[in-house]
Amino acid sequence: MSILVYAESFEGKIKKQGKEAVAYAAAMGDATALVLGTADESELSALGKLGVSKVLHVNDERLNAQDSKAYTKAIAEVANQINAEVIVMSFNSTGKAVAPRLSARLKAGLVSGASDLPDTSDGFVVKKGSFSGKGFAFYKITTDKKIITINPNSFPVKEEEGSASVEAVSVDLADSDFGIKVVSRDLVKGGIPLPEAELVVSAGRGLKGPENWGMIEEMAEILGAATACSRPVSDVDWRPHHEHVGQTGITISPNLYIAVAISGAIQHLAGVSSSKTIVVINNDSEAPFFKHADYGIVGDAFEVVPKLNEALKKFKESNN
Amino acid sequence: MKLLVCVSKVPDTTTKINFTDNDTKFNTDGVQWIMNPTDEWYALVKAMELKEKNGGTVTVVNVGNGENDPIIRKALAIGADDAVRIDAEEKDSFYVAAQIAEFAKDKGYDLILTGKETINYNGFNVGGMLAELLDQPFVTLATSLEVEGEKATLTREIEGGEEKLEVNLPFVVSAQKGMAEARIPNMRGIMAARKKPLEVIPAADVEALTEVKSYDKPKGRGEVTLIDPENVEELVDKLHNEAKAI
Repeated sequence: MSILVYAESFEGKIKKQGKEAVAYAAAMGDATALVLGTADESELSALGKLGVSKVLHVNDERLNAQDSKAYTKAIAEVANQINAEVIVMSFNSTGKAVAPRLSARLKAGLVSGASDLPDTSDGFVVKKGSFSGKGFAFYKITTDKKIITINPNSFPVKEEEGSASVEAVSVDLADSDFGIKVVSRDLVKGGIPLPEAELVVSAGRGLKGPENWGMIEEMAEILGAATACSRPVSDVDWRPHHEHVGQTGITISPNLYIAVAISGAIQHLAGVSSSKTIVVINNDSEAPFFKHADYGIVGDAFEVVPKLNEALKKFKESNN
Repeated sequence: MKLLVCVSKVPDTTTKINFTDNDTKFNTDGVQWIMNPTDEWYALVKAMELKEKNGGTVTVVNVGNGENDPIIRKALAIGADDAVRIDAEEKDSFYVAAQIAEFAKDKGYDLILTGKETINYNGFNVGGMLAELLDQPFVTLATSLEVEGEKATLTREIEGGEEKLEVNLPFVVSAQKGMAEARIPNMRGIMAARKKPLEVIPAADVEALTEVKSYDKPKGRGEVTLIDPENVEELVDKLHNEAKAI
């Protein structure tokens, strides 16, 4: 089975989600990685550590900004050049824009947001989350060519010794293949992008005001976690929208999700229920979130969180 | 402006999810159906705002059977001018996108709007597929959109931030929170919706690319382990030794 995996880069570096996609594709079989846009040479060959022996590089700086039309043409051309039967991408903002286009262009069945490797014992069946975290659907892809986008944090990245050969490939891209002009980019300074974070500390309306977020940020800093919030908090602008997790916000699947003063409405759970471990801190013992948590503390956030921060600090100091 | 909004029918957010026929079908018994939230709150309302500012028409399109008509009428009550239902059973996202593309290809829409995802399939697929089939640019996860003449300015969410973009019409956009404020249909809108045209057209001959073999539910987490607030060290210990999370 010939597999092409798109290893997404940003400002020259392969993104964490791109590495996850490469590790996933390598676990499926003989995979070739593809990088679009300018990238650091060392980053390309280092993909060999994730299990691919070959990296194809379309070194065209116009591809530094994600344009789904141009990306689709580039990936489809390379996929055809190497007769790829399966294309793997990340289920992130790029994968969500590009994979559906590729599917339509190549008439290749697409399963987006896969949470596991495909089961090939009877056809090609891919598991994905559905019903906003309340179910899983097992999709059979019935076409010869197949596309999978994988959920962030659903596949471990283990780096081993290895180096991949890097080959430059050219794709015939005309100006008419680019439909989008990126005027500016506003990135959160410092911190960890929420969709990529393995640890997330989140808080809700129970914190009473944006001035009380210091202890949440402190916990995130101690743990090396990203910060998140519930919908009402972003609606009243206590925290920015890009921190809002839930049905209308971002869906995340970190290893650890700590929810402080969030009751756990079904819309919130839709965005966080696939977290591997959930900790809930709430002074209402009847909060529905406790039914969906692994660990819970019934108590006042303003008393519990500072104590927990001290305990986490001590733990970090003794484990470093 | 000539605007097309794609709307989907989904189970209400709070619906209990169950499967039937040996977990091969979604159990529709007792399910309350609604218009997909991001289609309604953001794509449709943004189309209404654009029409109010720039003039033009808003058409709603849905792929489905007659049971979808109440959802379509709600879109008309919110203010869409007319609606088209492509009379077909939804098979997969490509099937739906290809039906809409077949309908839209020679109509000259300036902008096609969808919600970012449906809350039942969580695919984020239809908008991108539609854009490819119509050979148009596609902006996904858009949080704002303004149109001046032939040029649109948008913001879209990317990992860890957002980008500001310029795109020339026509294009396809998938909308999310931030794009518009949800509207509730008023009595006048509901009365007017009854008289607005809802055309039913036959499906095109399209093959689906995937099929659902079966469904499953996530395994419950079991009983929560409650920890004494006076002993937070126990939580740290459990997160390290038991959950291996830190």
